[in-house]
Amino acid sequence: MSTITPETQTATGHNDDPSSNYLTCTSGFMSWAFTLDHKRIGVMYLVGIFAAFFLGGVLALMLRMHLLVPGGLFPDWMVSLDGYNQLFTLHGAVMTFLFIIPSIPGSLGNFVLPLMVGAKDVAFPRMNLASFHLWVFGAIFFLIALVTTGLDTGWTFYTPYSIETQTNVIAATIGAFILGFSSIFTGLNFIVTVNTMRPPGMTWFKMPLFMWAIYATAIIQILATPVLGITLLLLMGERLLGIGIFDPSMGGDPVLFQHFFWFYSHPAVYIMILPAMGIMSELMSVYSRKPIFGYTFIAYSSIAIALLGFLVWGHHMFVSGQSPMAAVIFSGLTFSVSIPSAIKVFNWTATMYKGSINLATPMCYALSFIFLFSIGGLTGLFLGALATDIHLHDTYFVVAHFHYVMMGGTVIAFVGGLYHWWPKMFGVMYNEFFGRLFCAVVFFGFNLTFLPQFVMGSRGMPRRYATYVEEYQIFHVLSTIGALTLGIGMVGAMAVLVVSLFKGRKAPANPWGAATLEWTCTSPPPYYNFEHAPHVDSPYDYSDLKYDAQIGGYVKDPNAPKKSGSDHH
Amino acid sequence: MLSLLADSMFFPPERSTVAGTVDGLFDFIYYLSLFFFVLIVGAMVYFVMKYYQRPGHTEQPSPSHNETLEITWSVIPSILVGVIFFFGFTEYLNMREPPENAYEIQVIASKWNWVFKYPNGAESSDLHIPVNRDVKFLLQSQDVLHSFYIPAFRIKMDCVPARYTSTWTRATETTGSGLDESSHKPLRLFCAEYCGQQHSIMHRKVFVHDTAEFDQWAEKAANILENNPPEVAGEILFKRKGCAQCHSVDGDNSAKYPGPPLNGQWGTERQVIPRGSSSPKTVTMDENYVRQSIRQPNSEIVVGRKPGMTVFTPQLLKDEEITAIIAYLKTLK
Repeated sequence: MSTITPETQTATGHNDDPSSNYLTCTSGFMSWAFTLDHKRIGVMYLVGIFAAFFLGGVLALMLRMHLLVPGGLFPDWMVSLDGYNQLFTLHGAVMTFLFIIPSIPGSLGNFVLPLMVGAKDVAFPRMNLASFHLWVFGAIFFLIALVTTGLDTGWTFYTPYSIETQTNVIAATIGAFILGFSSIFTGLNFIVTVNTMRPPGMTWFKMPLFMWAIYATAIIQILATPVLGITLLLLMGERLLGIGIFDPSMGGDPVLFQHFFWFYSHPAVYIMILPAMGIMSELMSVYSRKPIFGYTFIAYSSIAIALLGFLVWGHHMFVSGQSPMAAVIFSGLTFSVSIPSAIKVFNWTATMYKGSINLATPMCYALSFIFLFSIGGLTGLFLGALATDIHLHDTYFVVAHFHYVMMGGTVIAFVGGLYHWWPKMFGVMYNEFFGRLFCAVVFFGFNLTFLPQFVMGSRGMPRRYATYVEEYQIFHVLSTIGALTLGIGMVGAMAVLVVSLFKGRKAPANPWGAATLEWTCTSPPPYYNFEHAPHVDSPYDYSDLKYDAQIGGYVKDPNAPKKSGSDHH
Repeated sequence: MLSLLADSMFFPPERSTVAGTVDGLFDFIYYLSLFFFVLIVGAMVYFVMKYYQRPGHTEQPSPSHNETLEITWSVIPSILVGVIFFFGFTEYLNMREPPENAYEIQVIASKWNWVFKYPNGAESSDLHIPVNRDVKFLLQSQDVLHSFYIPAFRIKMDCVPARYTSTWTRATETTGSGLDESSHKPLRLFCAEYCGQQHSIMHRKVFVHDTAEFDQWAEKAANILENNPPEVAGEILFKRKGCAQCHSVDGDNSAKYPGPPLNGQWGTERQVIPRGSSSPKTVTMDENYVRQSIRQPNSEIVVGRKPGMTVFTPQLLKDEEITAIIAYLKTLK
């Protein structure tokens, strides 16, 4: 950021100054808002997504503060029963639709994917820009819902309550509908990019695993999201016209809505977690300086998760009154989807074997991920088993479970990935000490927030309660203290990155010694990404990369032994 | 905290025949998960301690895949989750299928109230059941989704409008003895499916009586109108039917109560907006106004209030019961 020079600022288009990069080649609001550059779109997504994360986080802290005492901490004029219901609804809706679904594909995916294939941009740059613009429009509709009559249906919009509530369901559903298209555009772009723009030599099984994960995610995005779109349209029709699809008083079926909704929203869970798994595969390999263990199993397991994920939506409905037969089938299928995730965890752990483990900040997040995601995944077994789910369904046990997967999994990997690619994105190094410190604060705060929720859930505390009976107070108090700690950790982790923009030393092209192609261009990359088409090697072979203390990063070692099977120049 | 840990960290007390089995499965999954968690995190910590980057240490070559190992760690977990699935669904089928000749209680959920109807015509807002007897609950909802959840019995089932659902239990222990509720330590009943404003206060008590005592209770509960003077019966009904959830009788006009306070109102005038009209009209609180406000609560809304009260059809509240409630309202000062 400090490299802006007068001559680069004057240019209207990109210029050929070798010191210019994608951040400095042009300037002004319009050069960002209407850019077709995947890197700038990625950065804009990053800013937007973290604004949404901050909003959702503030709502979460208000919820947790309110639950410090059984009757609610805040007085009625601040947070009434209705007020609490709006808080948890908007927390869920903002975190799901505005933050976590677009998070990794929109920001890191957009930035890194074209670089990983050595390309200039994604396949459809205009559609990519449209995707971000749609995200902004969707966010505006959510804000309209927030500042008008709010929204109190839960992020799930269950009928018939969502048909009769006086809150602004229409604005929120229009927002979610638009955000769906944003997600579809991103997915479509990535599928075409991966299929058509890989360089010569990058066969499917020489792709970095992050690409496999993004590709599997994109399949779900384009297949599942239209179902959400049509469901939300039907819900709007139900509210505005009373067409009688979901409303039992007009012959509709409220449970049908749940089938439609989860037919999207369960696969959407994998839209959220698969990209995080992709990041994990990159981090574990780079920071252990070992090839990823069991590449093929990891690649196939991403696709297996994407496909099996479509068949398990009914496990959200074990107590909805669906037939016992349906429940048994969905339970069986649910267990089948647990295996590919388990394989990934074993493979990541095995990657460290005989490595040289660099405990840089991204690796600290990756190790946190293994710890937290294992808890998230294993607690899923209690919920997939029918007899235990009946008791645990709709309690805090479920809340804790999906926060371990979504936040302990996706968010932790996202922040780890952000620390990993930050030097590439902005050309600066951050302070490692504070990076690790806040990673530890996040880890501690997260566990303190959500471990007590497992216990109170299995002891019977239902979710979405504005007030509660006294025997659960101790768990709520612990959880609230944890949430405040977690909030401090997250703000700190972000502050470390922001400070680096102003104070960080200049980043070398390849600070971590990674072998994927994005590390072969300068940091930050030039507008056109690569001067020459990069040479494709194995993405996880580190044998020809040597640390150069002078530039503080890794360079190709000209004396490295020639690799078998590749025509090394 | 210590008292919480006294019996079991993870569970409310086991008070039904299925609770032990459910908790057994929970424990099985718990120890299995604990084993794998320790294995994964243990390996991770061990590798970090052994192979962290330091002067003099470099990575050593090792195979980047091992099919035997990878197939092993795919197949073993598959078998284990198969076992969990099996125990989970066999016990579940047992939990879904009510035994024949079970004592049947109708459960009617509405915003934000539970009504329990017993075969002898008795009704209650807290649940009373006999011990050591199969009890089937036939669930329905008057408005939105609710969920009938009794943690101590490990049962839960959604109440879906325009459809019946059911669940059952067999309690193994009484909660106390005697018809006096204060001599019991009741269990909790929660609404577990989000249902709007007062979802979190839609919880009730569950009393488990021994058989003879239960019959006595049901007999007494069936005859409120006969066994009590009208204003006393009205007060019981006012609480039991959930009126007290939304209307205060001590003048409390805070947001806790969505409906207007009802004390000191008899014979006074108020401004209401008839449905479909925009201009208010004046009405006096008399017998017919109260009756209309119960039977068609949304036909006229008091200025400054929102529609939202349950429509009390004759199925939910009989005409004689309205008469008793009117008698009670007249006594409120």
